[in-house]
Amino acid sequence: MHPAPSVIIFTVLSGLGFGYLTWLGLGFPAVTGWTAFFCFAIAFATAVGGLVSASFHLGNPQRALKAFTQWKTSWLSREAWISVLALIVMGLYGFCAVFLDMLVAPLGLLGAVLSIATVFSTAMIYAQLKTVPRWNHWLTPAHMVSVSLAGGAVLALQWRAALILLVIAGALQALHWILGDRRFAERGHSAETATGLGSIGSVRMFEPPHTGTNYLLKEMVHKVGRKHAQKLRVIGFIALILVPLVVVLAAPANPFTAAVATLSYLVGAFASRWLFFAEAEHVVGLYYDGGAKAS
Amino acid sequence: MTQLPAQTQKKLGLVIDLDTCVGCHACVIACKGWNTENYGAPLSDMDAYGGDPVGSFLNRIHSFEVQPEKGPAQTIHFPKSCLHCEDAPCVTVCPTGASYKRSEDGIVLVNEDACIGCGLCAWACPYGARELDQAEGVMKKCTLCVDRIYNENLEEVDRVPACVRTCPAGARHFGDFADPQSNVSQLVRERGGIDLMPEQGTRPVNKYLPPRPKDTMKELGADAADMSPVTGNPKGFLGWLDKALEAL
Amino acid sequence: MAHTEPFLETSPPVSDEIRKTTCYMCACRCGINVHLKDGKVAYIEGNRDHPVNKGVLCAKGSSGIMQVTAPSRLRAPLKRTGPRGSGAFEEISWEEALQIATGWMEPLRKSAPEKLAFFTGRDQSQSFTSFWAQNFGTPNYAAHGGFCSVNMATAGIYTMGGAFWEFGQPDWERTRLFMIFGVAEDHDSNPIKMGLGKLKGNGGKVIGVNPIRSGYNAIADEWVGITPGTDGLFILSLVHELLKSGKIDLEYLTRFTNAPCLINEDPASEEHGLLLRDADGKPIVIDRASGKPMAFDAKGVRPDLAAQFEQDGHTHRTVFQHLAERYLSDDYSPEAVADKCGVPAGRIRAIAAELARVALEEAFELDQAWTDFRGERHEKMVGRPVSFHAMRGISAHSNGFQTCRALHVLQILLGTVEVPGGFRFKPPYPKPVEAHPTPHCHSKPDCPLDGPHLGFVRGPDDLALKEDGSPARIDKAFTWENPMSAHGLMHMVISNAHAGDPYKIDTLFLYMANMAWNSSMNTKGVMDMLTDKDENGDYVIPRIIYSDAYSSEMVAYADLILPDTTYLERHDCISLLDRPICEADGAADAIRWPVIEPDRDVRGFQSVLIDLGARLGLPGFVNEDGSAKYEDYADYIVNHERRPGIGPLAGFRGDGGQTGRGGVNPDQMDRYIENGGFFIEHVPDEAAFYKPWNEAYQDWAVGLGFYDKPQPYLFQLYVEPLRRFQLAAEGHGKRQPPDHLRAQIREKLDPLPIWYPPLEDDHVSETDYPVHALTQRPMAMYHSWGSQNAWLRQIHGQNPLYVSSKIWKENGFRDGDWARVTSVHGEITVPVAHMAALNDDTVWTWNAIGKRKGAWALDEDAPEATRGFLLNHLIHELLPARGDGLRWSNSDPITGQAAWFDLRVRIEKADRQAESQPVFKGQNSPVGKGPDVVRQKVRP
Ligand SMILES: Nc1nc2c(c(=O)[nH]1)N[C@H]1C(S)=C(S)[C@@H](COP(=O)(O)OP(=O)(O)OC[C@H]3O[C@@H](n4cnc5c(=O)[nH]c(N)nc54)[C@H](O)[C@@H]3O)O[C@H]1N2
Ligand SMILES: Nc1nc2c(c(=O)[nH]1)N[C@H]1C(S)=C(S)[C@@H](COP(=O)(O)OP(=O)(O)OC[C@H]3O[C@@H](n4cnc5c(=O)[nH]c(N)nc54)[C@H](O)[C@@H]3O)O[C@H]1N2
Ligand code: SF4
Ligand code: SF4
Ligand code: SF4
Ligand code: SF4
Ligand code: SF4
Ligand SMILES: [Mo]
Repeated sequence: MHPAPSVIIFTVLSGLGFGYLTWLGLGFPAVTGWTAFFCFAIAFATAVGGLVSASFHLGNPQRALKAFTQWKTSWLSREAWISVLALIVMGLYGFCAVFLDMLVAPLGLLGAVLSIATVFSTAMIYAQLKTVPRWNHWLTPAHMVSVSLAGGAVLALQWRAALILLVIAGALQALHWILGDRRFAERGHSAETATGLGSIGSVRMFEPPHTGTNYLLKEMVHKVGRKHAQKLRVIGFIALILVPLVVVLAAPANPFTAAVATLSYLVGAFASRWLFFAEAEHVVGLYYDGGAKAS
Repeated sequence: MTQLPAQTQKKLGLVIDLDTCVGCHACVIACKGWNTENYGAPLSDMDAYGGDPVGSFLNRIHSFEVQPEKGPAQTIHFPKSCLHCEDAPCVTVCPTGASYKRSEDGIVLVNEDACIGCGLCAWACPYGARELDQAEGVMKKCTLCVDRIYNENLEEVDRVPACVRTCPAGARHFGDFADPQSNVSQLVRERGGIDLMPEQGTRPVNKYLPPRPKDTMKELGADAADMSPVTGNPKGFLGWLDKALEAL
Repeated sequence: MAHTEPFLETSPPVSDEIRKTTCYMCACRCGINVHLKDGKVAYIEGNRDHPVNKGVLCAKGSSGIMQVTAPSRLRAPLKRTGPRGSGAFEEISWEEALQIATGWMEPLRKSAPEKLAFFTGRDQSQSFTSFWAQNFGTPNYAAHGGFCSVNMATAGIYTMGGAFWEFGQPDWERTRLFMIFGVAEDHDSNPIKMGLGKLKGNGGKVIGVNPIRSGYNAIADEWVGITPGTDGLFILSLVHELLKSGKIDLEYLTRFTNAPCLINEDPASEEHGLLLRDADGKPIVIDRASGKPMAFDAKGVRPDLAAQFEQDGHTHRTVFQHLAERYLSDDYSPEAVADKCGVPAGRIRAIAAELARVALEEAFELDQAWTDFRGERHEKMVGRPVSFHAMRGISAHSNGFQTCRALHVLQILLGTVEVPGGFRFKPPYPKPVEAHPTPHCHSKPDCPLDGPHLGFVRGPDDLALKEDGSPARIDKAFTWENPMSAHGLMHMVISNAHAGDPYKIDTLFLYMANMAWNSSMNTKGVMDMLTDKDENGDYVIPRIIYSDAYSSEMVAYADLILPDTTYLERHDCISLLDRPICEADGAADAIRWPVIEPDRDVRGFQSVLIDLGARLGLPGFVNEDGSAKYEDYADYIVNHERRPGIGPLAGFRGDGGQTGRGGVNPDQMDRYIENGGFFIEHVPDEAAFYKPWNEAYQDWAVGLGFYDKPQPYLFQLYVEPLRRFQLAAEGHGKRQPPDHLRAQIREKLDPLPIWYPPLEDDHVSETDYPVHALTQRPMAMYHSWGSQNAWLRQIHGQNPLYVSSKIWKENGFRDGDWARVTSVHGEITVPVAHMAALNDDTVWTWNAIGKRKGAWALDEDAPEATRGFLLNHLIHELLPARGDGLRWSNSDPITGQAAWFDLRVRIEKADRQAESQPVFKGQNSPVGKGPDVVRQKVRP
């Protein structure tokens, strides 16, 4: 899939923001007043910034409200609802914390659940797609939620939780890569099934339907070099998991160390998310130059 | 709406005959022409006369080479447009309800007024049947020429999709798959029509007729009875000729 | 939430008005319905009532709207301001343009009309443009047939009185086995596709003979991936097998062909090899019942195929015996030819057996009585459901004429021409050679030519030679080098004019041919010749006038441009006088008419010719008082009469009810428009088959004015005119060939089909150049001008060189690689791609995708100009020099057909390039550039 910056920014930032909001909602740390103001400002800025970035991906963002109508079937619609609810609830919770010096625990709990549900529904947008075997797996939400919570824990200065979550996120990330590499083949999709011509013999593309490009090729038949991907995986893993882990293990929890760990986390998360898209083979590639097969 | 209708009254769709398609792209352009002037926004072409032209098309012709175990490779021209799936994943992922499947005839459509251009439906389609129009920012897909097939301003013979009407080889057939007696149902039965990527579970309505067996002619040796020489006749060819002429 | 759906208007208005006219994007000339909204073209679809396409339309036709809105359309007459080739022009008025043109032409007409060479490319108005040229008086006129498919046309006319091409078609309804040679698309493109669909629907089988398996060959049931240039040998081997096993239609041969005609066998005779004729010049046959010689068409005669006859001391035996002797030879056995053809012997035999089985065992009868030309009544029509079609794959080789001949002989031996289930002619064909004119070339100052330029020579007397034996025509058509060049040699015009060989010309007047690019061999050489200057600094070809509708490569090389309209903006006439739109079941012709008005200062070229004709005072274009005879082309179409009662259009003549023959009808054009832009007269059932010999057909044809009296004739297995040239080469007769051509004429102009290797094989080493390089037409592109079409260019915006698995492996190619392709003449470096369904020793690419930078109003970085390429750079119009000081044209030695597909190359892996090589400096665009975004919609 085409690693569109807007979508990468969206998933990374909103993941981090809602992860942070989850912790704040749970009362870790239990901040009020000016401190709360800063905490919530950061959380909302990332979460909302991510959501706004997502709208850059839309052809007609002015109609975005319509995206709330199909919550019964559409994960994207659900995500719209849940994220807005999460923001409202956490907004109320934050308002009470900042201006009333009051931590309304049930509201916080609800907000936390909604925040993490937002990340889950974002993940499900991808995980539901049978057309992208690498994504179409429980690991996708598990991985995204764990990364989100881990990042949130770092920002929330929850070193112990961060430690555990980073380990989990690291494991899930590795597993997502390893299993993901096999998903396409496991599903049995091939040029033969795509064309139904397998009963005659082996199938390869002779001529594409157009010599130039098209939306599908730009959007879905992105190919990334193996070596390039390996390098990025290493960088991503180090920055996303290992560096924050070292910080958490070796340094005291304070805003400065959290900022260092978060910056590294963000670099890693962008790399990991870039790969999440770039390495995802869409089955439509089978109709083109072996798209999926070759990468 | 994004929910799929429990059932559709008709199942309209296309049968595409891979044994007859010569890969001429006529259907591609007839489709582009009709759907540019009709349903929804025009199908735009970006950088139309430049270095990297990209336009929206609802129907495209791929070409494959198939290598059987024995015999020469075969070239197969392979038209592809929306298959109007019964379990259309493109519909259920749509957050706005812009994508929907008509309960009347099963046609899968995009209501462009509601489409936010998120692209998710195109991601959900295994067949590459949807393209986001770059100028309009809305999703484009085969409409099964819904504005032709019921159009009372057209003569009855012309109430078929533009691609079907134009196909010079007659490789495209339009009809109701819910009716076992329809032309398309019969073709599918007789010729063993197949689904594309059945493992995706989309249950496509459109069916493909596989190419008939090719290169089946058996080689004949010099002693083949079919071609035994008349020149072997004692009087040679002339002798044979004389006899044959007598018999005329 | 219940399932709800938005409101949808399923009956939107389709358009305000439909205007019916004729498509122009190829010579198929389908009928189209042009839907207009607010007076603008909104949508184009096929016309269901039209005899050619019956409603279907190809990709080019359906995208006509993009042709009419193309940014590359010329806007006004242009006068060159920069050097030739630069594309620097100024727009001028029509009056100025016409004055310049007349100023150049008038003195030539008064002094030396041959100094105007008028060549008209893929002209759909040849009967008109040739009429103009004839009245101007220049011998130098032809259209594009010489570089296109004259082998096919000529072999067909000489053998059967009609050709494949678009002049005939299989009986698609009834044929069971269809064999197609060397066709990618053809002129009859929609009908072939419709036919293939019908045939397959009926359970019929298709055998495709083509080195490349794509398009029609992709859907063929059996693919014969033959080695290029060897079809003749393959076909003659089929003939060998059929003869050897006696599986031929003797009855048919006896009655309808010259198989029983008698050949003079005396080497000492002046008539050696000619047919024995009676006092009236009619070929003689021996009646099998009486053993007596009789005229071939004598009442009741049953010609004897096995006859031998002595007269005046000369022995005569039948054509059939000569034919059998030749092809029964083991030289033609499948085993002998298999390696050369790249087709296993067992497969050749199997195909022969299958042809014989279907032709003979699946024969059937139609319950239709008819009377033959000998007056004999037949109660039934015997059908043989085998049919053939072929095109440039066999035609565009230097052995193409003989190969096409061989194929016709095969068809005839099986008795499958003009019979139910077989190959059928479209009126006004069949028409024997005798019904065609001979070429005319005698020009005098201020005087029309002595007759039509092009024709069919019957022997050396008809050659277009001057008194001194030198060529009369600039293209050297109808000379000893290529005596039967019935369509001229447009591909030699620039080269000969540049060389001043046979003489110099002054003004080159071209219409509708991209000669500076894809329609020329040796493209770079041609560009150099067009820009070459003499010692005085003047262009070697002094003046070039060109009519195009678009900003093509050729535009840049002309001094004066006469901009044409597009096809929806003008009158046109697709006439029975040249290449009509007939079907086997009907005579039909058609018009174009301005369904929209041009929004630019352009004029239909034919109307411009009419204006020029009047300004020059050409007979035929002015009245006695010197005033213009026709207002414009539309006026000419309606009012011109070629012979009394016969004009460009056959329908609605006289009072509107007469067909074929009839006086001028001033309402004719309106009647055509009312009728959907065409006219068709159906062939009566009794006349539907056996047309050359069918009394009912002959009478019908005379009635329509195809000819003035019945002209039944025999199919010519043995083509006597060829023998007349051989006789000359052997030293007989007054007109003698130059010595260096004697051997060629003796060998190649054999009256019975032969096979010889493509001439390039003689001139270049097969080890140095082991690979055959071909082009194919993409179905969705028309030569160079699809690239200006925003829709089509996305389908074919660049062209890789497709290479066979063998060559792919040998060179270790991988996806994305490039190759250097070298011929004896030149070198290109281009992207490669792999194709498995391809003859081992062959590479190919799509034709005419590559573009010169700046042409067609495309951006300079257009893929057509950066990655697209032409094979033409590798092909020369002359064969490599042999050290004899002579210029040997790379053409068929019989017809002059350009031998595009003889090309041999060598392939080597090359470094990845930024652009396909060679790269040429860009040309200025006299029309600017196109818009970035196209959103075609008349009414949202
Ligand atoms: N390598 C290779 N070269 C080939 C061939 C091949 O097979 N291989 N095929 C050869 C053959 S058979 C042919 S016929 C030639 C074709 O070659 P061309 O006849 O040169 O073909 P086009 O590129 O169509 O060029 C025709 C010109 O007519 C112009 N034109 C289009 N419409 C109009 C109109 O309405 N009015 C006027 N006045 N002009 C118009 C176009 O803009 C274009 O410049 O190519 C030959 N060249
Ligand atoms: N879409 C479209 N239609 C066109 C045109 C166009 O440009 N585009 N051009 C028109 C014109 S001007 C013409 S002349 C016709 C030409 O119509 P075609 O004759 O169909 O034209 P080509 O594309 O030259 O096809 C030649 C075919 O012969 C094959 N071939 C080459 N060498 C050999 C050989 O030695 N033996 C055999 N058996 N096959 C061989 C090639 O592989 C190719 O398939 O098409 C007309 N129709
Ligand atoms: S083919 Fe694709 S777009 Fe069409 S219904 Fe099926 S999933 Fe949806
Ligand atoms: S692009 Fe439009 S139709 Fe597709 S899912 Fe998004 S809103 Fe729905
Ligand atoms: S049915 Fe209509 S919209 Fe669909 S591919 Fe055919 S022409 Fe295009
Ligand atoms: S129009 Fe018909 S033959 Fe041509 S590509 Fe489309 S389906 Fe195939
Ligand atoms: S075959 Fe195509 S381009 Fe040629 S006349 Fe017909 S519709 Fe036009
Ligand atoms: Mo041609």
